[in-house]
Amino acid sequence: MVISQSTDSIIQKIWNILEMIPDPEIPVINIIELGIVRNVAFENDRAIVTITPTYSGCPAMDMISVDIRINLEKEGFIDPIINQIISPPWTTDWMTDKAKDKLKDYGIAPPMDQRYRTIQCPQCDSDNVELMSQHGSTPCKALYRCKNCLEPFDYFKCH
Amino acid sequence: MVKEKISKYAIHLGDSTLILGHRLGEWCGHGPALELDIALTNTSLDLLGQTRNYFQFAAIGSDIYKDEDQIAFLRYEHEYTNIILVEQPNGNFAQTITRQFLFDIYHQLLLRELQFSKEKGLTDIAAKSIKEVNYHVEFSSEWILRLGDGTAESHQKMQDALNLLWPYYKELFTPSELETEMKEAGIGVDIKSLESTYLERVKTQFDKATLEIPESKWPKSGGKQGNHSEHFGFILTELQYMQRTYPNMQW
Repeated sequence: MVISQSTDSIIQKIWNILEMIPDPEIPVINIIELGIVRNVAFENDRAIVTITPTYSGCPAMDMISVDIRINLEKEGFIDPIINQIISPPWTTDWMTDKAKDKLKDYGIAPPMDQRYRTIQCPQCDSDNVELMSQHGSTPCKALYRCKNCLEPFDYFKCH
Repeated sequence: MVKEKISKYAIHLGDSTLILGHRLGEWCGHGPALELDIALTNTSLDLLGQTRNYFQFAAIGSDIYKDEDQIAFLRYEHEYTNIILVEQPNGNFAQTITRQFLFDIYHQLLLRELQFSKEKGLTDIAAKSIKEVNYHVEFSSEWILRLGDGTAESHQKMQDALNLLWPYYKELFTPSELETEMKEAGIGVDIKSLESTYLERVKTQFDKATLEIPESKWPKSGGKQGNHSEHFGFILTELQYMQRTYPNMQW
């Protein structure tokens, strides 16, 4: 670690590293865009990253922690600390607009918000859709079918 | 001393989610349809995640238990204090869904109140869990309706399931000594006060589903005191197998 760097610039560097780490389930968005990185600090020469799970049982949390550790160590941070917290609970409101657009391009209907006011088919943009199952391939998604183009698709549930 | 009791209370809450999560996990690969298989195991995953939060919290305040694994895998039968509803076998899908519905409504009411606990560790877990449990309620309520008010056969299976499981509901709202103590300390939930809302809610849904709540027979209880039904030993045999065979193993 270069001691002469200011803490602010080191923290910015940590954010930049985190930005390169994809969500293991939805690799088109990174962990910052997903809204699970809650805090970054640098104290006593150690990077401290605080993350929160999307759902209590999210099995990706341990993998994400390992990814963060490996990437920070690769950039010269020695023995970083990765904390997991559950409060305040994660919400889809913390996902960035950019992340929601990326989800749509990837084929997952983004959670409803000010911009996405209905559940739209990511293929043909129709909102003539029907729920097939409240539970999709992961707890955060529900399974829908488009009645316009007949394609099934995942919807990222509001949480 | 008080800390140890708060840990015990957290373990009681976590035991119910652990055992129900384990039961739902047994459906993995056996669901009646792919979507249901996924739904049941998703719910199982939520419950196990919540269990880990309770047990991690409990281990911090305990001198007896050092970590979550010890609490989950290395206790004896009488040390588990879940409600015995959740340890009842999966049976057919009607039984699983009825058990789930009876638990989900209780769980939602419980978590709503737990958010006002004086113990921050518990309010944090409650606030996190309830968002997941709201989805569980939606899922099981829909199936109660669809199968209860479905075909003659599905209706009969649902009514049989309700007759079988209804005697287990009373325990949910009969506080143990520990629950009473925690309630008085402003830490635990006054579960007795939730019973009338619970009855109203389940009755409304059963009415819609053309199902009848059976006459109250011998209520079944004991789980909170560590007295379990005959199914419990079999659950532990499977649940604890790895830790008992390879002590201290880690993934």
